[in-house]
Amino acid sequence: MKIKNTDMKKMKNDGSHYLNPYLGGVILGTVLLLSFYLSGRGLGASGAVKNTVAATVNAIAPEHVEASAYYSQFAGGDHQPMSNWLVYEVLGVLAGAFLSGILFNRLKLKVEHSPKITSRRRLLFSLLGGLIFGFGSQLARGCTSGAALSGMAVLSLGGYITMVAIFGTAFVAAWMFRKNWI
Amino acid sequence: MIGPIVSSGIVSAAWDNIFAVFLGMGFGFALESSGFSSSRKIIGTFFGYDFVVVKVFFTAAIVSSLGLLYLSYMGLVDYSLLYIQPTFLASAILGGIIMGIGFAMGGFCPGTSLCAAAVGRIDGLVFFGGMFIGVFLFSESFPLFENMYYSGSMGAKMINSVFGISPELFTFFLVLMAIGMFYGAGWIQNKVKKIEY
Repeated sequence: MKIKNTDMKKMKNDGSHYLNPYLGGVILGTVLLLSFYLSGRGLGASGAVKNTVAATVNAIAPEHVEASAYYSQFAGGDHQPMSNWLVYEVLGVLAGAFLSGILFNRLKLKVEHSPKITSRRRLLFSLLGGLIFGFGSQLARGCTSGAALSGMAVLSLGGYITMVAIFGTAFVAAWMFRKNWI
Repeated sequence: MIGPIVSSGIVSAAWDNIFAVFLGMGFGFALESSGFSSSRKIIGTFFGYDFVVVKVFFTAAIVSSLGLLYLSYMGLVDYSLLYIQPTFLASAILGGIIMGIGFAMGGFCPGTSLCAAAVGRIDGLVFFGGMFIGVFLFSESFPLFENMYYSGSMGAKMINSVFGISPELFTFFLVLMAIGMFYGAGWIQNKVKKIEY
C-alpha cells in the first residue's frame, strides 16, 4: 500500500507516520458500522479481559465461580468464556495493530514517556492506570470502545453518559497528573 | 441482505467468530494507524497539543451513527436486532469517572493499550496487564457494588428519546456539535505550545 503525501502530514523523527485523523476516524467508524451490520454488536476491548479473568478463576476454583454473582454470568456451567466473540475480536486487534505497525514502520520495543520522568515511574503509572481503568470498565459494563463508542453508534443513553464521564474526568485528572506528561 | 447478517440465517452461527477476528483487525489497524499506540499522542487532547483522539473518536461516532440510520432507512439493517448498550445510570457515571482517572494516569484505554503492546510499547503492555488486576479486584468485590451496579436501570434507552426528538434529528445535532469541536480543537492546537514527543 502506497501512502499519499497528504496522509503523511505527521512525519516523526523515527520515520514513522500517522494517518490523517479524519481518515482514521472514517476507517474506525466504517469498521464499527460493519460490526453492527455483520454481528449486530459493537466493538470492545475490556470484555475480553473480563472473560479471560473469569476463565482463569474458573480453571483454578470452579466452585468459587459458581458461587459468585459476577463470574457466573460469564464462566462455569455452559459458558465458554474463551470461545467468545470478544476474545476473537481482541486477537484480531492485536494482529491489525501489528500489521499497521509494520506498514508504518513503528515496531520498536520501548517505554514511551515524557523526558521529565523515568521509565520506572511511567511503568508504575501505566500499571495503576490499567488497574483503575479495568475496575471502572466492569462497573460501567464496558470501556471507551464497548460502552462509549459502540454505545454512541446506536445512540445509547448509557454510552453517551459513560463517554462524557470518562473524558470529563480525564480532563481534570490529566492536569493533576500533568508532571507525568508535559 | 438484511443485517445483522448473523441473525439473518444466511450464514451459520460459527461465522460470527470469524467476523470477530476480521473486525478486530480493522479496529486495531484503525487505532494504530491513527496514532493511538502512543500514550503521549492520546493524552495530548487533555493538554491541547494534539487533538487526534477527539478527531478520530467523533468522526467514527458520526460515521457509524449516520451509517446505521441510513442502512436502517434503506431497509438493509434491522435496528431492533442490534445490541444497544443498556443504561444503568449510577454505574455508567461512576464507572466512567473511575475510567477517566485510569485514563489520565496510564495514558491509554483498553483497546489502545493493546495496540501499543502490539507495536512493542512496554507501557502499553503493562497497562493491559494492570487491567487484569483491576477486573479481578472488581469481580472479587462485586457483592460490595452489586446494588449500585444494578441501580438506575433504564433498559436499552436511546439518547434522542430523552430530548423527545427523532434519532435522525439527534444525529444531525451530533454532526453539528462534532464539526464545532473539530474547529475548536484546531483553534486551540494553534495557540498551545508544541510538545515534542
